[in-house]
Amino acid sequence: MIDLSINFAGIKAPNPFWLASAPPTNSGYQVMKAFEAGWGGAVWKTLGVPVVNVSSRYGSIDYRNTKMMGFNNIELITDRPLADNLREIEEVKKYFPDHAVIASLMVESRAEWEQIIKDVENAGADGIELNFGCPHGMCERGMGSAVGQEPDVLKTIVGWVKDAANIPVITKLSPNISHIIDPGLAAVEGGTDAISLINTIKSIVGIDLDSYAPYPIVDGKGSNGGYCGPAVKPIALHMLKDLAQHTEISKVPISGIGGIETWRDVVEFILLGATSVQVCTAVMHYGFGIVREMEAGLRQFMEEKGYNTIYDFAGKALPNVTEWKHLNLKHKVIAEINEDKCIGCDLCYIACDDGAHQAISLPNDANNRIPSIIEENCVGCNLCSLVCPVENCITMVKKDDGKEHITWNERTLNDDVPTTFNDDRAGGKGHFVPKPADALKHKS
Amino acid sequence: MSQYKRPTSEAEFKKNFEQKKPLMNDTEAYYESSRCLFCYDAPCVQACPTHIDIPLFIKQIHTDNVTGASKTIFDSNWLGNACGIVCPTGVLCVGACVYNHQDVPPIQIGRLQNYATNKTIDANKKLFKVGAANGKKIAIVGAGPAGIACACEARTMGYEVDIYEAKDKPTGLTVHGIAPYKITNEEVLKEVEYLQNQLGFNIKYHSAINSKEQLKQLENDYDAIFLGVGLGKTATLQLDGEDKNGVVGAVEFIEELRMKKHLLKVPKKVVVVGGGNTAMDAASEAARMGARKTVLAYRNSKEKMGAYGFEYDLAISAGVDSLFNVTPISIVGNGKVEGVKFAKTEMVEGKLKTNMKNVFIVRCDLVIMATGQAKQGSFYDLIDDLEIDNKTRISVNNETFQTSNPRYFAGGDAINGGAEVVNAAYDGKMAAQGIHNWLNN
Repeated sequence: MIDLSINFAGIKAPNPFWLASAPPTNSGYQVMKAFEAGWGGAVWKTLGVPVVNVSSRYGSIDYRNTKMMGFNNIELITDRPLADNLREIEEVKKYFPDHAVIASLMVESRAEWEQIIKDVENAGADGIELNFGCPHGMCERGMGSAVGQEPDVLKTIVGWVKDAANIPVITKLSPNISHIIDPGLAAVEGGTDAISLINTIKSIVGIDLDSYAPYPIVDGKGSNGGYCGPAVKPIALHMLKDLAQHTEISKVPISGIGGIETWRDVVEFILLGATSVQVCTAVMHYGFGIVREMEAGLRQFMEEKGYNTIYDFAGKALPNVTEWKHLNLKHKVIAEINEDKCIGCDLCYIACDDGAHQAISLPNDANNRIPSIIEENCVGCNLCSLVCPVENCITMVKKDDGKEHITWNERTLNDDVPTTFNDDRAGGKGHFVPKPADALKHKS
Repeated sequence: MSQYKRPTSEAEFKKNFEQKKPLMNDTEAYYESSRCLFCYDAPCVQACPTHIDIPLFIKQIHTDNVTGASKTIFDSNWLGNACGIVCPTGVLCVGACVYNHQDVPPIQIGRLQNYATNKTIDANKKLFKVGAANGKKIAIVGAGPAGIACACEARTMGYEVDIYEAKDKPTGLTVHGIAPYKITNEEVLKEVEYLQNQLGFNIKYHSAINSKEQLKQLENDYDAIFLGVGLGKTATLQLDGEDKNGVVGAVEFIEELRMKKHLLKVPKKVVVVGGGNTAMDAASEAARMGARKTVLAYRNSKEKMGAYGFEYDLAISAGVDSLFNVTPISIVGNGKVEGVKFAKTEMVEGKLKTNMKNVFIVRCDLVIMATGQAKQGSFYDLIDDLEIDNKTRISVNNETFQTSNPRYFAGGDAINGGAEVVNAAYDGKMAAQGIHNWLNN
């Protein structure tokens, strides 16, 4: 029997699908509508001293016919009075006592932190999330990502919060940093009960070619925004992995955020150690109903794999994410083209010839456009299979017998690695490369 | 002049009846599913008589959760595979797709639906469980789409279900009455087999229910009875000469064709009388069977035809000729059909009048009467207190599908006078819930 319920650092929810602190959690109306639609929790739009916002707040990148592949915003934290938000939190908890309502907070002084924590606890919030991530506007005032980028400051504030709070505390990290372990460790050392990441990434999504201003344009000018949406998922997954593999940091649960839209995204985050997921952009694009697909897909996956709870597979991919030096250098795959499926676009040919290793040839026949792999040249890089527009047409086939296994690390220990510029042990030595002047033959 | 050669083998038959909605391959499904906008309160869902959550299943296909997509489909429509093929999607879900408003080709919902269900059926993925036995029994009369849907739904709630079917195959007109270029027997039957394997309802074939004694027995043996009896044979027009050799009903013609395939002999010249979708199918099929000349004759104007425009276009593209504003007066011939005598008709003050001064004969060897199926009125007379409307349709409560005799429920063509498979599938499912509510009240 599948049970999707979670206990995240003491915060209970009927499922791991939470709304991230963002425009979709601006009001009790939205949060209740989301719970009705199937969301298990919501992190309230960040509370603090209410702000004044600008008009024109979002920009996005479309990729071909896909709208909003990447999305950015310059909206700040809540612009509604605290009392209104608290009253609505209380009301939501009355209707949905078993759902998780988490108050995202961002204030400056210790006194303000202590006061607002007391307020949200009284309103019935199940937990607190510290917004140390917002990379636009608020950071100029010394809050948001300005804190997330200074581990010592972050640790101090987490300490204040932990001293004051009686409910679980989640520290939300900014990705606008080169080494995510530093703020992650600082949060844990400060005593945080959990971590969530990523917040948005500093970005400019585009420039208007008539007014020469960045999107979104506010009266002829713009500012950097926070980037999110499907495009940021790889960055989020990587930072999640870094934290989840860290011995100290991984002692606290992690809520995964960043480009989650489908059940596959959800499962990927869980496999890398997240035990709740937060979503914003997909909801801003499709509405709360998007959770139907996530839940149905997660259940289907768990049923097929025989898992009862998400804890049965949380972190299961972590042992397989390793350093490059531990990869098997004897593993060998090469591409194989299914001639029956090939439609003759020859994108694989030109990608390989211009962009990779000249391991695909075209037939010498004007009526035949089916390319073929030059096996001895193929390094198994995948590029052809990635550009191929036909499902399962180019596949990567394993060629080694699996008996040999040697890593860069092992070769280094054996003193068997190239050490000079013209070392005979160079991996590409003897590998076929066309003569430079062969390039000129293509000129017609 | 027809473009089809008379099929002399199974292979040639298949070629002439090539499927109009072939199965999608993986690449096609990948690109097509990526186009869905995931509309809010989607018009396609509203247009579907069974309200399948279409944007959801399309997204599930795109995220490689094909099994989940099938679950979404079957959860709303037990004949999701057949409906994906035979539904007139152009006037339902696909016709409602918002892309139509911008002249962008609408999403091919039916074919995506089939892509998912077909994979799931072929892989025999178990999606459904029989409900815990509740000790109650339901009899279903007729194994058409309404009956099958009612059976499936009832089984998930733990009822024992027996279906009584007069013929030797399930799904009624889906297997007997739909043009072979829309769906094959194999496709229809494998879906029922797939459902039956999981849900275990019994179908008793060659078990027509047509006497008062049998009905009494059902009333004794079962807690509720669902009537999914559909319609009867083609109704007669009482024309002079209609009894001649070479006059057949369209439903009977199509049924024979579906069973005999290339072995059915269709003569050189054929006249099809009628203007509904069945007439279009019969005409198209006659042409595909190699008739040299097939003439479709309808008593009113082209605009007044009951058939969907695309069905008419399909018949015309198969080489069918059409005559409008003509009504048959008599069938001529010496024992055997030699032609149909028609009179022209015209609209006079909003009424269709026959002009007996303008009469002509169209020569032919076969007349297919696609003039509607008879209702099962004499069967309904056998059931006590069964209310019938003025068009000889069983009256039901439109939420519970209960008839005026509380023990009887009904759905499909028997209550709507003849509609789509998808309507019957919806009725059957809802009736099972109606029965459940009634028995547990």
